[in-house]
Amino acid sequence: MEHIVIIGNGIAGVTAARHIRKKSDKQITIVSAETKYFFSRTALMYVYMGHMKFEHTQPYENWFWDKNNIALKEGLVTKVHTENSNIELASGEILAYDKLIIATGSKPNKFGWPGQDLEGVIGMYHKQDLEKLEQLAPDNKACNRAVIVGGGLIGIELAEMLRSRKIPVTFLVRETSFWNGVLPAQESEMINQHIKEHHIDLRLNTNLKEIKADKNGRVTSIIIEETGEEIACNVVGLTAGVTPNIDFLKESNIELGRGVKVNRFLETNVANIYAIGDCAEQHEAIGQRRNIEAVWYTGRMMGETLAETICGNRIAYKPGHWFNSAKFLDIEYQTYGWVFSERNKKENEAYFQWKHPSENKCITISFDKDTKQFLGINTFGIRMRHEIFDKWLTEKQNISHVLEFLADANFDPEFYKLHEKEIVAKFNKENNTNIQLQKKSWKRIFSKA
Amino acid sequence: MKAIKQTGLLLFLIGLATFIALIFTGDFNLNQTELDTFLKDQNYKNEVIAKELQQAVVTKDNLSIFEFSSRTRKAYANANKHYDDLIAKYDAAKNWEKKGAQFQYKISGKPHSLSYTLAKKAGKGFAAQQTSWAWFLTFGLGIIGALMFIVPDVILLGKPGIKNDGIFLSAATNRGWIGWFAFVFLVSFYILLYFYPDYIVNWVYLVDPISKFISGNPASQWFLYGFLYCVVMTVMAVRMYIKYRHNKYQILRTTSVLFFQIVFAFLIPEILVRFEKPWYDFKNAFPLDYDFFFKWNLEELLASGGLGLFILVWGVVLTIVVVPVMVYFFGKRWYCSWVCGCGGLAETLGDPYRQLSSKTLLSWRVERIVIHSVLIFVLVMTGFALYTFFTNEGQVLGIQTQTIQDIYGFLIGSIFAGVIGTGFYPIFGNRVWCRFGCPLAAYLGFVQRFKSRFRITTNGGQCISCGNCSTYCEQGIDVRAYAQKGENIVRSSCVGCGVCSAVCPRGVLKLENGPEEGRINPTDVLLGNDVDLMDLVNKK
Repeated sequence: MEHIVIIGNGIAGVTAARHIRKKSDKQITIVSAETKYFFSRTALMYVYMGHMKFEHTQPYENWFWDKNNIALKEGLVTKVHTENSNIELASGEILAYDKLIIATGSKPNKFGWPGQDLEGVIGMYHKQDLEKLEQLAPDNKACNRAVIVGGGLIGIELAEMLRSRKIPVTFLVRETSFWNGVLPAQESEMINQHIKEHHIDLRLNTNLKEIKADKNGRVTSIIIEETGEEIACNVVGLTAGVTPNIDFLKESNIELGRGVKVNRFLETNVANIYAIGDCAEQHEAIGQRRNIEAVWYTGRMMGETLAETICGNRIAYKPGHWFNSAKFLDIEYQTYGWVFSERNKKENEAYFQWKHPSENKCITISFDKDTKQFLGINTFGIRMRHEIFDKWLTEKQNISHVLEFLADANFDPEFYKLHEKEIVAKFNKENNTNIQLQKKSWKRIFSKA
Repeated sequence: MKAIKQTGLLLFLIGLATFIALIFTGDFNLNQTELDTFLKDQNYKNEVIAKELQQAVVTKDNLSIFEFSSRTRKAYANANKHYDDLIAKYDAAKNWEKKGAQFQYKISGKPHSLSYTLAKKAGKGFAAQQTSWAWFLTFGLGIIGALMFIVPDVILLGKPGIKNDGIFLSAATNRGWIGWFAFVFLVSFYILLYFYPDYIVNWVYLVDPISKFISGNPASQWFLYGFLYCVVMTVMAVRMYIKYRHNKYQILRTTSVLFFQIVFAFLIPEILVRFEKPWYDFKNAFPLDYDFFFKWNLEELLASGGLGLFILVWGVVLTIVVVPVMVYFFGKRWYCSWVCGCGGLAETLGDPYRQLSSKTLLSWRVERIVIHSVLIFVLVMTGFALYTFFTNEGQVLGIQTQTIQDIYGFLIGSIFAGVIGTGFYPIFGNRVWCRFGCPLAAYLGFVQRFKSRFRITTNGGQCISCGNCSTYCEQGIDVRAYAQKGENIVRSSCVGCGVCSAVCPRGVLKLENGPEEGRINPTDVLLGNDVDLMDLVNKK
């Protein structure tokens, strides 16, 4: 029987394993050094915050793997011997495969800052990071201040985590405004304010120069590049993005770029070896996507797709319309289609924006200047129905259609205040149009594209 | 703010300690006149009991409630033993006629109930005589303290939004020592309330003035329970309002259950009593209201004129028309999360414990077996009761209707609904009763599962499997298992509390009453992958 070995038990590897099992009775082994059982990495923050226990982050009960005949192996893979079709573990053990799936995910970026490997410096990615954080910052007595370097999603989550234990946080962001490489100015500014309201010392336009240690090699302070200011702290969180976790492949003859190079079928240059998830790098980008997408959903989709291929139905990875979501402290964010920040805006892209006068709610709809085709939407503080936007993007609807039927797309809980009227009114005023908001219709909502 | 909170906690604990200590206070004895009046009211045919009780409790000694109870129960036992001996004697002598005549003299009912009724008349002391003060030092301090503890959260919790910080780090909400203490307290409370009401007669004095004001009668232990229930729900509803102040669904739902508890379950029945009508809770649908079709209830309703008849018709219509129709349109949440008193307590007092419900497959299996067994039990019992009512025969197939009713009342009505159902909140989560025991929930669940417009829709592609939804599901549903597959959630047990949707950090879940068609969508493939793939997989 064919033996499928999967390195990495994150969402990509586990999804692949589950779908291979659904479609076949191949022998499956998942190897991981991080944890025995699959857990949701994105939920680690909630464990530290006390919303959940670690076991709650495990989507499947422990008996699930035995019952589905998926072998779990704890161990760190150090080498892949493609010529012998086997992998070598740190323990020296050799594991033979017929097909190998590399799904090792990411590791936090380090940009060569002096002191970046000191005791007290952490990333927030692995289970081990969480355990370390629990040791370093159990409360605000053991940790008087933490400094977070890097203005992305993990950075703000780490800040939220530390604040939940009343630990003072300084947040160094290189950009002029939080995440403004991704978010339009309106949204980015709203998040800046929200971060400050949560008593996080947000420093924009600020870079880390160096991390200083005491004589025992423990972090005591950091120095800011621009001002030379020294900030005393016990913990430094490095959250300036992630890179594929593929160092163990360097001596193999698998083609690597920043990640493991794969074609549209998620195949590497070596037969029977595949890569999926955060560590996979497309030779050429798919549409407007990046070559490497370190996103939960794409990891899952690659896992689903590859399972088809492995089970004899070779198909290409064709992700549908882009979507993503996040939560910035109390503000939920969803995006469907493409909305680029002012910095990366395309030639033909125009915005329509609305913002609630007092609450943390706003939207940006991007559309084509000339054809008025709807390109994408960012929503903050308002939930939207994924299926509807997916359909509208497929149908290449124009922006007036989107606004006219916006009520169909609202996904907020019942009795929530609706803002579609104000949104449409603002658009009409700005564009001298006369779009009439239609009442929500179940028929439209559930008719398939 | 912190200081206010701590003072509040201290006041609450003083109130609670006083409440508990009150049990051990007071002197109990009767004079001859009081006893005579009591005996006359009770209309006993047992002549021995008068002498026995006189010896036991007509005294100048100041008896504690425990001594008083013990003596009363002994008197009761002696009196009944007297007639039991006679019965045995005539039985041996095969004197059937005389033997049969003795049964009418025996006193029925529970010894602790007799003791309670007598103690209620015999009590002297702080709670009985300084009731206002005693009320203030128990209920008053408890309420003020609890509010002082809760209200500062408006500021301390920070900006509106989901704030579950530290829930699994706290001894109160993570089965720590505070949780176990609460568990012991609640379980003891229910055991006393159901089985040893005489021991808590001092508590009942506290609410006598309120009972007299509303219904014109002195309070019973059930009035005490009803009053306490409303107080606890109101105070904890304040907590809900603060915690979920960003969430209109939760605010409205909390207001609704609070309204139905106070008005329908508490005030209206008591006011009915004032007008000498039967005590009736108009929202309490059969089979949760399991004694609705008992002989005594039907007879009482039929004997009380137009209103009794109306109640009878309403009770039947509520169960066989209103319930299924409403569940069809809105799911069982209209009842379990918006109306029901048990649900109301679970959603207010129980909210801090919702994350403790077990989500394992094993508990789901147990749940389905147990709750459906209770439903079958109640239906069989009701069949017996109606048979007994119409035929006037006491037994069916050799089984006494009374016996089966007593078993149900003890096992389900008292132990399951009360002692376990509420007492186990701090250990097993807040919907233990609703999830495992409530026969009405089982009935509503059938309708919800097979014929309803209600479901929880999922933005499946966006799910990051974080597990917040499952963790905070009080009904132990593994919400995530559906969400991460992009399936609508259609489950018998879902009470539509809406918290899974509230705690979701990605906006994946939405409670919805939509078209029935396509409500169950197990074959859909997650959004995100290209349509070709979806078609392909669907074809397989």
